[in-house]
Amino acid sequence: MVAGTAHLSTPDELWPGVPASWSRTLSVPSTASIELPGTHRRWHVLDNIDDLAGREPAGTLLCVHGNPTWSYLWRTLLAGATSASTVAAGGPWRVIAVDQLDMGFSERTGTFRRLADRITDLGDLTDALGLTGPSATGPLVSVGHDWGGIISLGWASRQRERLAAVALTNTAVHPAGFSLPPALSLALHPAVHTWGTTTSAAFLRVTHGLARPPLAPEVRAAYMAPYLTVPRRAGVGNFVADIPAAPGHPSWAALASVSEAVRSLDVPALLLWGPKDPVFSDRYLRDLMDRLPQADVHRFEGAGHLVQEDRDVATPMFDWLARNVLAAGGGAASPASVSRPVETYTPMLAELDSRRGDRSVAVVDMAPGASSTALSWAELAERVDDLATGLAGLGVRAGDRVSLLVPPGIGLTTLIYACLRLGAVVVVADAGLGTAGMSRAIKGAGPTYLVGIERALAGARLFNWPGLRIAAGPLSVRKAGLLNVAATVPSLLAAGRARRGSVPFPPADPDADAAVLFTSGSTGPAKGVVYTHRRLAAMRDTLRSTYDLRAGTALVAGFAPFALLGPALGATSVTPAMDVTAPATLTAVALAEAARAVQATTVFASPAALVNVLATSGALDDGQRAALATVELLLSAGAPIAEPLLARVQALVPNASLHTPYGMTEALPVTDIDLAGIRAAGNGNGVCVGTPVSGATVAIAPLAADGSVAGQPSFEPGVTGEILVSAPHVKKRYDRLWITQRASVSIPGWHRSGDVGHLDDAGRLWVEGRLGHILTTPAGVRTPVAGEHAAQGVPAVARAAVVGVGPAGTQAAVAIVETAPPAKRSGLASPALAAAVRTAVADATGVDGVGMDVAAVLVIDAMPTDIRHNSKIDRTALAAWAARRLAGRRA
Amino acid sequence: MNRRTTTPAGSPRAAPDAVAGRRVLVTGTSGLLGGAVAQLLADAGYGVRTLQRRPVDSGWESVQGSVADPDAVARAVDGVDAVIHLAAKVSFTGAWSEFVATNIDGTRVLLSAARAAGVRDFVFVSSPSVAHFGSSIAGAGAGTADPSRAHGHYARSKAAAELLALAADAVDFRVTAIRPHVVWGPGDTQLVQRVVDRARAGRLPLLDHGTALIDTTYLDNAAAAIVRGLERMGHAHGQALVVTNGQPRPVGELIAGICAAAGVRAPSRSVPGWLARSAGSAIEGAWTFAGSRGWVHDEPPMTRFLAEQLSTAHWFDQRRTREVLDWTPAITIDDGLARLAAYYSGR
Repeated sequence: MVAGTAHLSTPDELWPGVPASWSRTLSVPSTASIELPGTHRRWHVLDNIDDLAGREPAGTLLCVHGNPTWSYLWRTLLAGATSASTVAAGGPWRVIAVDQLDMGFSERTGTFRRLADRITDLGDLTDALGLTGPSATGPLVSVGHDWGGIISLGWASRQRERLAAVALTNTAVHPAGFSLPPALSLALHPAVHTWGTTTSAAFLRVTHGLARPPLAPEVRAAYMAPYLTVPRRAGVGNFVADIPAAPGHPSWAALASVSEAVRSLDVPALLLWGPKDPVFSDRYLRDLMDRLPQADVHRFEGAGHLVQEDRDVATPMFDWLARNVLAAGGGAASPASVSRPVETYTPMLAELDSRRGDRSVAVVDMAPGASSTALSWAELAERVDDLATGLAGLGVRAGDRVSLLVPPGIGLTTLIYACLRLGAVVVVADAGLGTAGMSRAIKGAGPTYLVGIERALAGARLFNWPGLRIAAGPLSVRKAGLLNVAATVPSLLAAGRARRGSVPFPPADPDADAAVLFTSGSTGPAKGVVYTHRRLAAMRDTLRSTYDLRAGTALVAGFAPFALLGPALGATSVTPAMDVTAPATLTAVALAEAARAVQATTVFASPAALVNVLATSGALDDGQRAALATVELLLSAGAPIAEPLLARVQALVPNASLHTPYGMTEALPVTDIDLAGIRAAGNGNGVCVGTPVSGATVAIAPLAADGSVAGQPSFEPGVTGEILVSAPHVKKRYDRLWITQRASVSIPGWHRSGDVGHLDDAGRLWVEGRLGHILTTPAGVRTPVAGEHAAQGVPAVARAAVVGVGPAGTQAAVAIVETAPPAKRSGLASPALAAAVRTAVADATGVDGVGMDVAAVLVIDAMPTDIRHNSKIDRTALAAWAARRLAGRRA
Repeated sequence: MNRRTTTPAGSPRAAPDAVAGRRVLVTGTSGLLGGAVAQLLADAGYGVRTLQRRPVDSGWESVQGSVADPDAVARAVDGVDAVIHLAAKVSFTGAWSEFVATNIDGTRVLLSAARAAGVRDFVFVSSPSVAHFGSSIAGAGAGTADPSRAHGHYARSKAAAELLALAADAVDFRVTAIRPHVVWGPGDTQLVQRVVDRARAGRLPLLDHGTALIDTTYLDNAAAAIVRGLERMGHAHGQALVVTNGQPRPVGELIAGICAAAGVRAPSRSVPGWLARSAGSAIEGAWTFAGSRGWVHDEPPMTRFLAEQLSTAHWFDQRRTREVLDWTPAITIDDGLARLAAYYSGR
């Protein structure tokens, strides 16, 4: 059952979601060392064999619960194993979920069973079921949760020949330095252990309370059902007492042996994780990833310990099994996918290396008041090597993740190239994600090292971010101690200088991870996006050839991702004096001073920054205006920019060609258009973003009436659908988001952008909005952008968004407008404004002569937007707000 | 009743030959919607008979009597091919027994008489309120009528009657229920005139600033959909269909539109919906009590039902209705408001 769905038992169900036919009880000879010879034990299991109706299963999943749950935890897997989609993908599967002895509805043995006994018990049971043993056949998949994880892995390591895969949800196997979380330490304390776990039902209640959102009362009751009395809870208490917290514990040896054996499991592995788990936190996930390096991982952001209750784990489980255990594999490439020659690969550090003797300026940091700091290419190359040597001395190795919480500028540039030098993976979570978003991003990426400015280190301490802490600048001893800092960048540079040449820098594997960047988070929690060295280099090459950025170009780096590529491009880069985490703080003067410092010919900026540049352009003096007049290329990246705004920018940089690339964190950039191109394209359904950049191909996946993507990739003009991208600089994968990654490449050969648009006769791409923002009206699927542009054409409207409210397929279109000047209070638009917006939208959105019928026009005081760009309207939040307003309740 | 030659709203696809000689009994023709349905049928070539409590000169064949009177009803259904039943007690107040007599017993009498007389088709005109229970409705389907949960005597009695009607559906006696939602148009005394009168008197507050999104049905569209129910009986029988314009609008905007059409000032005061709902309950109780003593004779200014209607979203999924009836509304809200304005300016 997916979280939150009310489900009452039907007459043929024993518990909500569990048909009576699944429940089996059997007597099993017990060979555990604590048993007398000849002992039999009564087991209860849930088994979906009846659902197979005689069909041969693709394999069998043995699911082992932890403490204090029972087989009920796995009911969605039993149901999903025979679903139509599972069968279509090579299923069905047999699923057996056990109740361990003394747990669930299995026998209360009166014994104290330890880890080794429980592993033996599980083998006894599978032998009796005929799943294992001499005559058994068919692949086996072990599935475990909580303390059932290690038991299932112990069992799995004894079934090597038939073991096809292992799957784990929030669990741990790490004995060395196994520091118990405070919650468990308390539970284990002799003073409270028996009371907390057995005498009272406190431990049960606390565990059931971990579900997010809360369990439905009937589901909570089902979890409680086997443990209603003190004698029935004895196993719960014994289970907790058997946690080997220290080497002297009787189960320590068994735990150590299983956790080592895990390293030798070379079968496919899947880790499905709920990070909001007070006990089995991310550190245990990282430990498991270390032991099972082949594992596919999905962290369900926001889910907790009972991840099976919080999210649908059945669909991804069987999808994963189909792809990793069944022969089917990846499937044929789609006919429209693009085959490309292998590009020549030039490492990111090649330019820097070739300029070791170059005394000309490489990087400049502007400070307020036109003062600046600069490094030559020779100095930068030396610094990068020294820092790399210093980091290596601290223990940083190839493949280690290093989170960089440092604002753009020389410091960040040096760190990035030092990490690339070492083959370490840079994790760049910018403050634009907001504190909570940044915290989620860093925890998700799980860096081994964390380099930060003082404020970031304070955040790391406050929010318990992972990673050995390194200060980006000098720090007093007292502060270093306070912030628990292991080193500072200046000290590492000094150490590296002292040992210069002592550390070899073998070239990085081009296909190893190089960087984790993050999506803006305007469409849900920010996602980590992994680039390899080869793909980063391809991004550099695409920028170079699209914009003719040769060595010797001087650029103003006002837009972070591209700015970091300066040294790789061989371009001199200058960081203007601004708070780069707030693009709207870039002033015209700061921009001009930065341009003047290096005689810049190229400017990278975001639309929000340009808005502020225009607003502050009155302060420019003649010299500053002259500096801007030498700019030849201005790139506005990060979000679409309207033609009128761009036209005003043109007046500031009269000799520049103005370009606005379209792209995403997963592919930067995808297409490009200049001001002349925007004017030539004129008005249409969406925003014209031009033609694909060098090396990139764009196709469209058409939409079905319910808004889902259906059909083969198409290059046909006028077909609206999801925008697909193929390019050498597309991301390698999403980070620890197997399900998301799988969805993003479900059309083979393409990255699914999640944006909606169409191609025109001239091969130009028009973006019509996000796939998640389309409206499924009774008149068909509609995209919002054209209507929004029309609404913005109404006098008094500054910004507009069109969202769908109501059930899919019968949504009502609602226009939400921000007025100029902004309204003091949000609410219904005046009848006159409503009529004007309604007419404008209807006229602009005619499909087969029928325009979009806007049900309501609401005025909002300020649109919700993303922090990073301050320009992407959060339509999902807006739609929810509009729905609440229009329901007649107070928003 | 404004007797006029209507342009049939929607697209009457039944050819005149198909309807020639078909005779239809329409009850409730003294009401605005019933009159429009009769007129539309007559314009399309049907033979129209009405059942009237008082003798009126409508120009149509008429039987005098009440729907609860078996003898009158037997005469009314004699020789007709189909019945469209609109007659009902529509009020926010009154004793439950009155609603039972007209709405439930009247429907029962009419159903059994029609079946006995060999009538083939029966359109029961109902209300979406029979299946919705006070919470906001956003894009919902028709749902099943439930007298135990419907709010107010009217909705409760119509729910019971609709269940009776649909239960009678059979191969040789086909029954459909058409539920138009908030019908308005020129000459409407229920919603339009009340809004206009109260606004003119300055006694019409908006609830929660009038942001609740509600569906309405322009009169001609409602009449056309009811006639389509008869014409598409082969597809429609056995089910209930909610009919609206398919153009939900914020209630405040609708009221403003109606006021503008009538040339009165739109309300600007707003009271919270929760306050109106509880006040509505109190006023409704007081009015019912006063009415039972003969102290008041008009409708109360606010009832809980009305407060719910005006402060919570009420809009519906029209896809199935349009598919079953093979029909789309011909008059948009803006067209309807223009006609309303013409009506008021011509007065």
